[in-house]
Amino acid sequence: MGKVIVVTSGKGGVGKTTSTAALGAALAQRNEKVVVVDFDVGLRNLDLVMGAERRVVYDLVNVIQGDAKLPQALIRDKRLENLFLLPASQTRDKDNLTPEGVEWVIAELKRYFDWVICDSPAGIERGATLAMRHADVAVVVTNPEVSSVRDSDRIIGLLDSKTLKAERGERIEKHLLLTRYDATRAERGDMLKVEDVLDILSIPLIGIIPESTDVLRASNMGSPVTLADAKSAAAMAYFDAARRLAGEDLPITIPGERRGIFGKIFGRKAA
Amino acid sequence: MSIFRLFGRPRSAPMARERLQVLLAHERSSVGTDLVSLLREEILAVIAKHVQVDADKVQVKLDGNEHVTILEIDVEIPRDSAVMAA
Repeated sequence: MGKVIVVTSGKGGVGKTTSTAALGAALAQRNEKVVVVDFDVGLRNLDLVMGAERRVVYDLVNVIQGDAKLPQALIRDKRLENLFLLPASQTRDKDNLTPEGVEWVIAELKRYFDWVICDSPAGIERGATLAMRHADVAVVVTNPEVSSVRDSDRIIGLLDSKTLKAERGERIEKHLLLTRYDATRAERGDMLKVEDVLDILSIPLIGIIPESTDVLRASNMGSPVTLADAKSAAAMAYFDAARRLAGEDLPITIPGERRGIFGKIFGRKAA
Repeated sequence: MSIFRLFGRPRSAPMARERLQVLLAHERSSVGTDLVSLLREEILAVIAKHVQVDADKVQVKLDGNEHVTILEIDVEIPRDSAVMAA
C-alpha cells in the first residue's frame, strides 16, 4: 500500500505546486511509483508546472463523477515512466469533489503507487480539507515570512483535527518544508531564520529550499526542478527532502549559507 | 554582530518573530471560531426542541484568561414560549 502525502500551506504562492512536482519527480527518480494529484479544482496548475498541460483529457472530477475511468485520467510523465499526474478540472464547480469520491480515488491510487502526493489548494476551505483528509504525511510548505508562518500554524491545527488520522486518534506525521529561503538575508537579520520558524511552528524540518532563479526557470520550461536542473541548489535540497520522506536520516544543511572564516557548521537533524 | 547594524536600519527579523509568537499564542488559545459556531448551532437545536427561540437571540462566546476558557451562553426566550414549555 502506498503512502499518501498532502502538500499544503494555507497561504497561496508559497510553492506548493512547485514542491509537489519537484518531490514527486525526485521520488520517481528513485525508481518508486509516484502519482501527483492536483486538488485545486477550478485553478489547476500542476499540469502546467509538470509540462503536461496539452495532454490533459480527463481529470479528477471526471473520474469521481464516473465520466472516465481512473487509468484514462492518469497522464504518464514523458521523462520518467513511473511518474504520473492526475489533473484537476479547470472549469467545473469544486462541489463536484465529493468526500466519498475522493476517498475512492485515493484508495485506488494507493493500491498501484508507492506515493500518492496531493497538491492542496490554498485556503482552509473544502478543497484544502479534502486534499488533507486521507493523508498519512503532511508537508507544510512555508516561506520565512509572517503571513505564511501564521497560515501554516492554522493548517497544522486543521491537520490535527480534520484528517481521518486525527479523527481516529492517530497522529498525522507533519513536516516543515521551508521554501524561498535566503541565508544571506536571514544572517543579516532581515528574514526569519530557520530556527525562528521551527521554534514557532514546532514541527520537524524536512528540507530548506533556497530562493533560486532555477525554480522559476524550471516551471517556465514545464519541468520539475529536480528534472530540469538536477545539479542546482534547489534541486539538491528537494532530493534531500525526498530522501527524508522515504525515511533516510540525513542532517539538514542550510543551502547558500556563507561559511565564513569561523566555518559555520549547521547540523540540525530532521526528526 | 554585523556591521549592517551600525549603519543601517534596525533588524526586522526579531520583530517578525516576536509579533508571530504573541499572535499565535493568542490564536491557538482561542481554539478557533469553528468551535463557537458549532456550539452555537447545536445549543440552538437543543433549545428549539423545547421552546421557540429566535436564532439571533442566542449568543455564544468563548472568553477567558491564561488558566481557563469561559463559555458564555446567552439565550433570550420570549415569555409566552417559556410558559409553553413549562
